[in-house]
Amino acid sequence: MKPAPFEYFAPQAIDEALKLLQKYGEEAKVLAGGQSLMPLLSLRLARPAVIIDINRLRDLAFIRSEPDGGLRIGALARQRAVERSGQVATQCPLIAAAMPLIGHFQIRNRGTIGGSLAHADPAAELPAVSLTLEAEFVVRSTRGERAIAAKDFFLGYMTTAIEPSELLTEIRIPATRPRVGWAIEEVARRRGDFAMVGVVTLVELNGNDTCQNSRIVVFGAGEKPERVARAERLLCGKRTDEHALAEVAKAVTEDLDPVSDVHASAEYRKEVGGVLTRRALQNAFKRAQKETA
Amino acid sequence: MSSKHTITVTVNGKSYERLVEARVTLADFLRNELDLTGTHLGCEHGVCGACTILLNGEAVRSCSLLAVQADGAELLTVEGLARGAELHPLQQAFQDQHALQCGFCTPGFLMTAYAFLKERPKPTETEVREAISGNLCRCTGYLPIVKAILQAAGKTTT
Amino acid sequence: MAKPYIGAPIKRREDIRFITGKGTYADDIKLPGMLHAAILRSPRAHARIRSIDTAQARAIPGVVWIFTLKDIGEMAVPVPMRMYKVPGLERYLQPLLARDKVRYMGEPVAVVVAESRYLAEDALDAIEVEYEDLPEVLELRAAMRNEVLVHEENGTNLAAVHEISIGDAARAFEKADYVRREEFRVHRHTGNPMETRGLVANFDVGKRELTAYGMTKLLHYNRQVIASFLKLPEHNLHFIENDIGGGFGIRGELYPEDFLIPFASMRLGRPVKWIEDRREHLMAANHSREVTCELEIAAKKDGTLLALRARIYGNMGAYVRTHGGLVPCSTAALLPGPYRIPNYQCKVHCVITNKTGMGTYRAPGRYESCFFRERMLDMMAADLEIDPVDLRRKNLIQPEEMPYEIGLTRPGTNPTVLDSGNYPSALNRALKEFDYDKLRPLQGRFENGRYHGIGLAYFVKNTGGLEPYEGARVVLRDGPSVTVYLSINVLGQGHETAMAQICADALGVPMDWISVFHGNTDLVPFGWGTFASRGTVMGGSALHLAAQGLKKKILTIAGDHLGAGPAELDLQEGKIYRKGTEAPALDLGKLVALVRHSTMHNQGQPELEETAYFNSNKMTHSYGVHLAHVAVDPETGMVEILKYMVVEDVGRCINPLLVHGQAVGAAVQGIGGTLLEELVYGENGQLLTTTFRDYVLPSSTDVPAIESVVLEEVPSPLNPLGVKGAGEGGMVGTGAALANAVSYALSSLGVEIKELPLSPDKVRALIRRRSAEQAR
Repeated sequence: MKPAPFEYFAPQAIDEALKLLQKYGEEAKVLAGGQSLMPLLSLRLARPAVIIDINRLRDLAFIRSEPDGGLRIGALARQRAVERSGQVATQCPLIAAAMPLIGHFQIRNRGTIGGSLAHADPAAELPAVSLTLEAEFVVRSTRGERAIAAKDFFLGYMTTAIEPSELLTEIRIPATRPRVGWAIEEVARRRGDFAMVGVVTLVELNGNDTCQNSRIVVFGAGEKPERVARAERLLCGKRTDEHALAEVAKAVTEDLDPVSDVHASAEYRKEVGGVLTRRALQNAFKRAQKETA
Repeated sequence: MSSKHTITVTVNGKSYERLVEARVTLADFLRNELDLTGTHLGCEHGVCGACTILLNGEAVRSCSLLAVQADGAELLTVEGLARGAELHPLQQAFQDQHALQCGFCTPGFLMTAYAFLKERPKPTETEVREAISGNLCRCTGYLPIVKAILQAAGKTTT
Repeated sequence: MAKPYIGAPIKRREDIRFITGKGTYADDIKLPGMLHAAILRSPRAHARIRSIDTAQARAIPGVVWIFTLKDIGEMAVPVPMRMYKVPGLERYLQPLLARDKVRYMGEPVAVVVAESRYLAEDALDAIEVEYEDLPEVLELRAAMRNEVLVHEENGTNLAAVHEISIGDAARAFEKADYVRREEFRVHRHTGNPMETRGLVANFDVGKRELTAYGMTKLLHYNRQVIASFLKLPEHNLHFIENDIGGGFGIRGELYPEDFLIPFASMRLGRPVKWIEDRREHLMAANHSREVTCELEIAAKKDGTLLALRARIYGNMGAYVRTHGGLVPCSTAALLPGPYRIPNYQCKVHCVITNKTGMGTYRAPGRYESCFFRERMLDMMAADLEIDPVDLRRKNLIQPEEMPYEIGLTRPGTNPTVLDSGNYPSALNRALKEFDYDKLRPLQGRFENGRYHGIGLAYFVKNTGGLEPYEGARVVLRDGPSVTVYLSINVLGQGHETAMAQICADALGVPMDWISVFHGNTDLVPFGWGTFASRGTVMGGSALHLAAQGLKKKILTIAGDHLGAGPAELDLQEGKIYRKGTEAPALDLGKLVALVRHSTMHNQGQPELEETAYFNSNKMTHSYGVHLAHVAVDPETGMVEILKYMVVEDVGRCINPLLVHGQAVGAAVQGIGGTLLEELVYGENGQLLTTTFRDYVLPSSTDVPAIESVVLEEVPSPLNPLGVKGAGEGGMVGTGAALANAVSYALSSLGVEIKELPLSPDKVRALIRRRSAEQAR
């Protein structure tokens, strides 16, 4: 279990990295934290001719608060740094809550925010969380920079809208609105494993604790994390009562079209996707109710 | 063809300069080039934790890093824990609590626990269990390892 | 009398090298000029090999040699069976490399030897094999229809059948008030020691001697087989045990690689190393446990057991490996367990499929049979409305019935005889220690979204004379110091410490005088190995006898010197005393010097040593109870173990630290096997679980703090130490106890566990099925 040969570059500056990406395109793989790529290389499931190691691009390791309450996280910020960040904890507690669910601390010491998002494992937490938060992804190439909305970023199984010549540089998370509650629920075979199925929810309440806006994202149950639009609509105008949540959960179960694998059947993912939706919504409502307008 | 690169690393306080092929993992480099065979490979795909070492003070899996990435870094491996004949308190605790049987996973657990206790010197049992949940042991059933780490943290154990 | 070492929780002396990173495992061995091998394995489950083209691979700089079966020529024997050679199985042995066909995913096809492992793997990529796919057969029932034949030449996939008949089961079933029939299944999973297999072979061309490292477990037997394969005299082979990262049944059996690597070294005249990677380990090293059992039980309405009738089917995989029919046959052998069941009939079927070959995994057959039997007993208890504990108590063999002969249950050996024990006492102790009565009201209760269940399982586990003997040699040296040489191997259990304890007591010297050497075929000329919990039973007994023999010799010499009869003297903590006196009469160091430098003593021989073998074809049986308290989330199928206890009578406990370590470690392995681990095959016979992401081992957050209670109520009469083996008791009852606990938890939903594993997906499926049935 040893990697096949490759050319290796460790650019010191972003422009240098972009030039290499321009030159090698699909032949190249970007190496960030390596927690997904290195096992793929060792198993020879990935055999890029060129590895572009971006770990020296320290400029991309930032975590910044915006004046409007938004958050900007550099693609190379280590998951562990995000986990420990006070800014993240106060400005986007959902991200803070998701971090410990990712692997184990040794993995988060190396793993980066950008790496996890660009890898786009359908069972990973961060893609689902970014979709829920309607985050924006900034990518750069020698031709310039563009921002991609989360809903347009994840295209399919481990596939994103990043072009071969582009580098993911930053994730922008919009400010949290008042009276918003969130929750993340997942079931995994073991602590730290990829989820068999998971749900991220966000609810925004109006003055009388009725849901006026919601997001329900299921991960680990398809090619990519997905919002369940019908369930979101059903929740609109509802308060947190058992009947309403059961109805929403049922809609999630019905609308999921997952695959079976060694860890769980499609049937399991459908059912438990609904169960976790209900549980996540209960928690999200509770959190939202605590928020003052 | 894999490119070759000259790297300098400091391992357990000693500096080494070597020419390495880009594709060689840090674990293989430590084991084969520097003869530091205390770092073990249990899965080579980032799950078992047997290859855990410290890279610039942080616990990482050396199978999931290339040697060339460690250029300029400071590493600590299991061979660097004891001071001469004097065992590190964690090592002593592992023996006291019978926290190893075959010993193969032990270096990874020691390095994980070392990094963890630096950050969290007085952990609870639950925190210890979580901290080592990314390391697999097939012999001990984990209980004695948890006890050993608590012992090293100065907590009394039975 | 000095305080005995046996029974004391002495810390392990071997730990120091492991905790400082100075152990020497197979991959740590480096020899000058050493080459590295990698094995090309079949990606197909069943296919004909049309051609193998190695030209491109051979052209890679650094690739030294690539060979296939035809290069081995007439040496190419199949890997022989070592035990449970049920007639018929011999037709299904594995060739060293695939001949014309591949029969499972992972079957070795070619070997690359190169200057580095990286280069060897590059060459694997460059070898082109043209396969013609054949339909595969994976499951028992399909295989038994013989529509797809794994070995066409044999005309059947049913490799062998073994039958057991004790008493008159048919009549018992006719007379019974109560009968029930169920089908149970244990899933395929395996040992997965943290260190994969590995081997370094070094052939000395000049001396024609082969030194090999890494074939630990059965060094002597393996040497004998490899010697005959290489056509070398056995004494030209030196098999050396290095440190070993766990055994668990899977390691140390002979596999094709154990022939291929020495063969490569011999042909090339250079040392060759092969280290199995985890993917190879999961697809090529022995799988285990996959056994189905159709079980019928007959009883009186008061719960008195009358008979068992069973049909057992072992999914042997594509080839019969060294263990022969052991897994399914051993399942049958102890199916009656600790109960008085006068009539027992069983038919064991060894079925060939396109999966990896089957071998042992810690407590092979015992884990499986315990699950089948103990589940059935709980079902019967519910049917008859008898308390499950009372049902067991009623049928347990009583101490006064010991030794208890079950009858002839194993192919070609002696009757199975439970040697000794107080089964009711261990049950009572277990219930008390677990606080069973206090927890029982929780049985089936729904609290905070989860159902609670408490399950128990009674087990017996045999060991000892599975192979006939072990040897030990004890030498008193200058210093004075004592060296112990053992024929058994060590796979991580701590024998260097435990054996020193045994020797110190038997000889009467301080433990720190003693050094223990093991795992080298040159140390003790004959031996078998460490498996099935027999290391201490057989090797420890041999050592005890050797040390006693040496003590006798020492006292005779001392007696000559002191003018006393040996019976008037004693040796304690390294000093010779006249019995009844406090001051030592002679120091052992002085005695060593006398013998070494004078022809007056020890018949002029300078050495003071004794070799002894312990022979036994009888089995000791440890026994005990597993108890589990679980909470099951019915919506997600997640099972959490809240409390788990193993109570085992091991006869005599040499070192409680080590014995508890075995029990707790084994229990966690068993829990992993029951809840998490499964080797899953998918479409086209592809093994889907080839990494540790897919094959899921338990980690520290999956298991509770296992409680282990070690009993020494009834020592075994079959060996001088009274030991019964302690390596597997912690494993045997895990499947049964957890399945019973989960069944109780979900009893209000009508769920009865009959299959393992208890993964969330499978638990949910059972609940779903029952609620669909009830809705109808």
